[in-house]
Amino acid sequence: MAPGELLTGTEGGALLAAAVLLPFVGMLAGLLLGGRWLPRVAFVLMPLGLGVALAIASARADADGPLVYLLGGWSPPLGIALRADGAAVAMLLAVAGVVCGIGAFARGDFGLAPGAGESRGAFAYWLLLLAVWGALNLVFVSGDLFTLYVALELLTFAGVPLVCLAGSGETLRAALRYILFALCGSVLYLLGAVLLYGGYGTLDMPLLAGALQPEPIAYAALALMTAGLFAKTALFPLHLWLPPAHGGAPAAASAVLSALVIKGSWFLVLRLWLDVMPGVANAAAAQLPAALGAAAIVTGSVVALRQQRLKLLVAYSTVAQIGYLFLLFPLAFDAAGDMTLREVATSAGVLQAIAHATAKAGMFMAAGLVYAALGHDRIDDLAGAAKALPVAVAAFLVGGLALMGAVPSGAYLAKKLLLGSAATSGQWWWTWVLQGGAAFTAGYVVLVALRVFRRPPAPLADLKPVSALSQWAALGLAVASLLLSLAAVWGPLPPDLLAKAFSLEELAMLPVLFGAGALLVAALARSPLTGSSGGAARPGFAGLGTAFEAGDRLVRQWAPAMLALLLVAGTCGWLLARG
Amino acid sequence: MTIETLFALTACALVGIGLYGLIAQPHPLRKLVAFNIMGSGVFVLFGALAKRGAAAGLPADPVPQALLITAIVVAFAATAVTVALLVRLIEATDSASLADAPPRE
Amino acid sequence: MSTVVSAAVVLLLLWLAVWTVVARDAFLAVAGFVVYGLLLALVWVRLAGIDVALTEAAIGGGLTGALLLGAVGRLRGTEAATATEGASAGARAGAAVLAVAVTAALMLGVLVLPEPVPTLAPLVVPAMPATGVGNPITGVLLAFRALDTLLEATVLVIALIGVWSFAPDRAWGGRPGPRYQTDPDGVLAWLARVLPPIGVVIGIYVFWAGADHPGGKFQAATILAAMWMLVQMAGLSDAPRTSHRGLRAGIVAGPLVFIAVGVLGLWAAGSFLAYPPGLAKPLIVVIEVALLPTLVLVLALLMNGPPRRGGPA
Repeated sequence: MAPGELLTGTEGGALLAAAVLLPFVGMLAGLLLGGRWLPRVAFVLMPLGLGVALAIASARADADGPLVYLLGGWSPPLGIALRADGAAVAMLLAVAGVVCGIGAFARGDFGLAPGAGESRGAFAYWLLLLAVWGALNLVFVSGDLFTLYVALELLTFAGVPLVCLAGSGETLRAALRYILFALCGSVLYLLGAVLLYGGYGTLDMPLLAGALQPEPIAYAALALMTAGLFAKTALFPLHLWLPPAHGGAPAAASAVLSALVIKGSWFLVLRLWLDVMPGVANAAAAQLPAALGAAAIVTGSVVALRQQRLKLLVAYSTVAQIGYLFLLFPLAFDAAGDMTLREVATSAGVLQAIAHATAKAGMFMAAGLVYAALGHDRIDDLAGAAKALPVAVAAFLVGGLALMGAVPSGAYLAKKLLLGSAATSGQWWWTWVLQGGAAFTAGYVVLVALRVFRRPPAPLADLKPVSALSQWAALGLAVASLLLSLAAVWGPLPPDLLAKAFSLEELAMLPVLFGAGALLVAALARSPLTGSSGGAARPGFAGLGTAFEAGDRLVRQWAPAMLALLLVAGTCGWLLARG
Repeated sequence: MTIETLFALTACALVGIGLYGLIAQPHPLRKLVAFNIMGSGVFVLFGALAKRGAAAGLPADPVPQALLITAIVVAFAATAVTVALLVRLIEATDSASLADAPPRE
Repeated sequence: MSTVVSAAVVLLLLWLAVWTVVARDAFLAVAGFVVYGLLLALVWVRLAGIDVALTEAAIGGGLTGALLLGAVGRLRGTEAATATEGASAGARAGAAVLAVAVTAALMLGVLVLPEPVPTLAPLVVPAMPATGVGNPITGVLLAFRALDTLLEATVLVIALIGVWSFAPDRAWGGRPGPRYQTDPDGVLAWLARVLPPIGVVIGIYVFWAGADHPGGKFQAATILAAMWMLVQMAGLSDAPRTSHRGLRAGIVAGPLVFIAVGVLGLWAAGSFLAYPPGLAKPLIVVIEVALLPTLVLVLALLMNGPPRRGGPA
């Protein structure tokens, strides 16, 4: 947009304000009515919110460009504009869908029994679920860096109490660690936004995109904001708060945290690098997020394979999958170092984010159901779980399959798009990371599958009943992830992307990945897979696994993590300035 | 040196001082105080930039000043949530340690 | 104030900042922070931000300081235990190096800021008549960037939901904070009888003046919240039950009225949060009046903390 040109709103723009405000109105109404109304208000809001998201998608399909809404009729830079491009619409829809799925699941845990009064857990859970939803919608549609700061804080304040809903000391500690580190991230983000205002006199993203010059103030701002957002997203090595927070919360809350909350700050990194700062960012600096992502995939996956509890395995798999979300950044640049592959990178990133949101929500729910039914989630003692809880176990395995990139999952299409970009831009090294990440994911699917299908030494007794609706909600989300690319080509993406998806070559990828995954498990898992097989080769590899665990423990201490945060900011700024 | 440059440079130093405290002080409450110092540094920087933007008969650019009021309130909310969490953690465990394996539980 | 005085303020500010960060124990650090907050208000006056100065003094210094002081009293000797897990000497050295590097980089950035200075002031001035208010900061907060102010109220409510959720299950729905028992003839009780009427008058004046002069709802709400806290601490009244329907109605009233006025704008002026011509000032007053009780309640309740006693009724 040319500087000085005033924006005008587009048809359907008011829907964007509705998408943001409806969940907050629901939260306020729930707070007022309380008691038995808490879940009811949430269940009224879910179809409404989904409806608004669908209406936005339909308005966007009819419009030529992004939907724009000028709040109060004031145009930026003085006023605040809401905008929705394809990526924002996709995220709005996905979040609405996942919130509905998680809500259906949580009815089992936080629904109120007839006659019961208001409980602390239900109060906090339903109100904060709505708060997370509103804050995320705001992140997706806001075009103003300061409004986005407030949105990020909303997201943090809503996410932190979800961590310690159980109220135990361990979860309170995890929540405190989370909020302190997230606050450091926010203040770095705000510092960057302040510098941009000082340099360019606006906080509106499209106006900034037109005004930014490759100069020190822009480098410093982008570096600080990027590092701050990495901390809030828990990108390795800034993930100290994630495993205990996501692993210790109740499953319905873990699903919100892992599937949804971290996507807010991730989405903002995407916006900053690809929409606001294409004139400032360069291919060399873009290697940094992906390099950290690669480290996240390896460390997160290895440590996941060495967990003894299913929920912690899923939490560490989130550490790895967050890494996957950052591989797109260098792949937005072509061989000449120009950002010509931006569209593909954005599509791949959004697909991967939605694939992870749906699959991971399903997997956390499945882990929670296993825990609720068996009374534990020790991976070594899961024999017989598949027979006892077929739907929940299916949800876990389908979710894992979807994250591995089995055809026609969203992760499959995301990987395919990024592999294409890696080939055209000559960045062959990312091909290895993309395929290796899928193999690691296959590893923990194999690890769990081998346990749950085993026959238990004694028939499982004392199984607690779990809600059928909860089980099917988990499976529904996992299946949605597995079928995501069909929805994508039915919607905005060109259908020929899936032309060869069911060819022998693509389908053969799956057994290859499973084989590689099984090898990884055999080498790295804590306890031997089946009897003594592979035992001879284990000692050396087990040492490798222990080394990764030690490294993970080191960077999950406060001082090293904070130093890493500053080093990430410094490295990012240096790479940007070097050009 | 103009007054706004002086305060802007001070603000940069406050950010650094707060950062050091956030890393070096082990107790969560001390980290929270350091966070507030660092945050106030960012605020003062913004205020100095606002003063620098005095124009059209106004003593300072009012937009950053308005944003600052919002930011100060948000920082207070952050402090309130963190303090409540810290006090609850101490009540529940008699420890304020952030480390993974606490000495006693 | 001359440059010499400014330089002295800066030196004192930096010294206090260092003090709070390196002080021997948490009490000294927090005491330093409270003084630091007061001094900061002076900086804001100097930076031509009376509104910000008032907010900083009231919320940044006052309420935050009181909150931190309250927390110091409940550390139960955890300080000594955590002292052993402090950063190693190497980490501290690394922290110092990196903190200095960040400071230096920021200072360089500040010194090369562009000329002419980017500012939105020239856009604010011609737009002010449409808002009907005289204070440009109020114009920004309630017209041009009204969404931020709505979200800010929402942030406070979410923070309160979060703080309440930290309650032990048995205390759910009960009252926050301790029940204060003080000598009914003591100084505190006397203050709590004498000060609130004065405080309420000042608070309402600050609130009313905010439309055209420095001041406004946040500063007023802080004063009123402080008066309420004083009455509670003197034992003259107890904190309300968190399950109380009227209390909750007061908490949600502000944001809900704000949103309702916004929807009215959608219907009558063509845009959410727009004001119909000529009605801007009265509608802004409606929003501020509705937000005031919300802010008083939420600020005071955030200070009170989670419910602790007198569980389900």
